[in-house]
Amino acid sequence: MTVSSNPTVTVRVLLFARYAEALGDSALTVTVSAPATLGSVLKAIRSRPGGELLPERPLCAVNLIQARLDSPIQAGDEIAVLPPLAGG
Amino acid sequence: MSFLRDEPLDLGRLVATVSAPERGAVVCFVGTVRDHHEGKSVLRLEYSAYQPMAEAECGRIVAEARNRWDATVALEHRTGVLEAGETSVAIAAAASHRTAAFAACRYVIEEVKRRVPIWKREHYTDGTVGWVDPTQARRRAVSQAAKDAPAGPTDAAGQDEWGV
Repeated sequence: MTVSSNPTVTVRVLLFARYAEALGDSALTVTVSAPATLGSVLKAIRSRPGGELLPERPLCAVNLIQARLDSPIQAGDEIAVLPPLAGG
Repeated sequence: MSFLRDEPLDLGRLVATVSAPERGAVVCFVGTVRDHHEGKSVLRLEYSAYQPMAEAECGRIVAEARNRWDATVALEHRTGVLEAGETSVAIAAAASHRTAAFAACRYVIEEVKRRVPIWKREHYTDGTVGWVDPTQARRRAVSQAAKDAPAGPTDAAGQDEWGV
C-alpha cells in the first residue's frame, strides 16, 4: 500500500451541545478516503462510540458556512456538526 | 464588532447606535428567558455557541436586513448563564419609516433563531437539565404559522437541513 494509491483527507470536526456529550468530546480529528465529502466524514464519526446518536442528516457547517452533505471536503477544512439550533 | 456578549445586554445602547435624524423609526425586539418550557418550570438557561460561525452568521443577517430595507440594525445575543427573566437577545432596527423598521427587526430575530449556531441548556426547578430542541415544537406549529405569520424569508442556502 502506498500513500499515492490510497489518498486520505484529515479534518478537524467540532461538536457542540448534545452531540459533544454523545461523542464525549468537543473536537475530533477524522481521516477518510479521498475524495471526501461531508457525508463520508459524518459516516466516519457515526462509527465512533456515541456516534450512532447523530441523526441521519444533521446540520453541518464547513469553514463557518452552512454546507450540504454532498459538499466536497479538503484537508484542513473545519467541519462543525450542529445540534438543532436554539438561539433567541 | 461582536454580536455575542457574556454580560447583560443594554437595549438603550443599541438604540443609540442605530438612531440618526434621517431615520424616523426605531423598532426593538427583546427576548428574555422564559420561566417555563413544555410544562416544566425553568430556573435558568445556559447559552453556548459556535462562536466564530455565530459571529459570521449574525453579520450576514444584519447585512441582509440593511440591504433589503435600507435599515440600520444593531444585534446582540447573550452567552453564558442567564436567570429566568433576563434578556437573551436584543435588536434595534432603524429606518426612514416604520414599515421598513418593523420588517427589518422581524427578519433579524427570525433569521437568528433559524441560522445562528447557539444552544441552550435548561435547568429546571426540580434539579434536572435538558437541551432545548425547538425543531419538534416548530414542526407542530408549522400549519399555524403558515396561517398567521407574514411570508417568511427563504433560507439563504436553500437547504432542507437549515431552517426546519
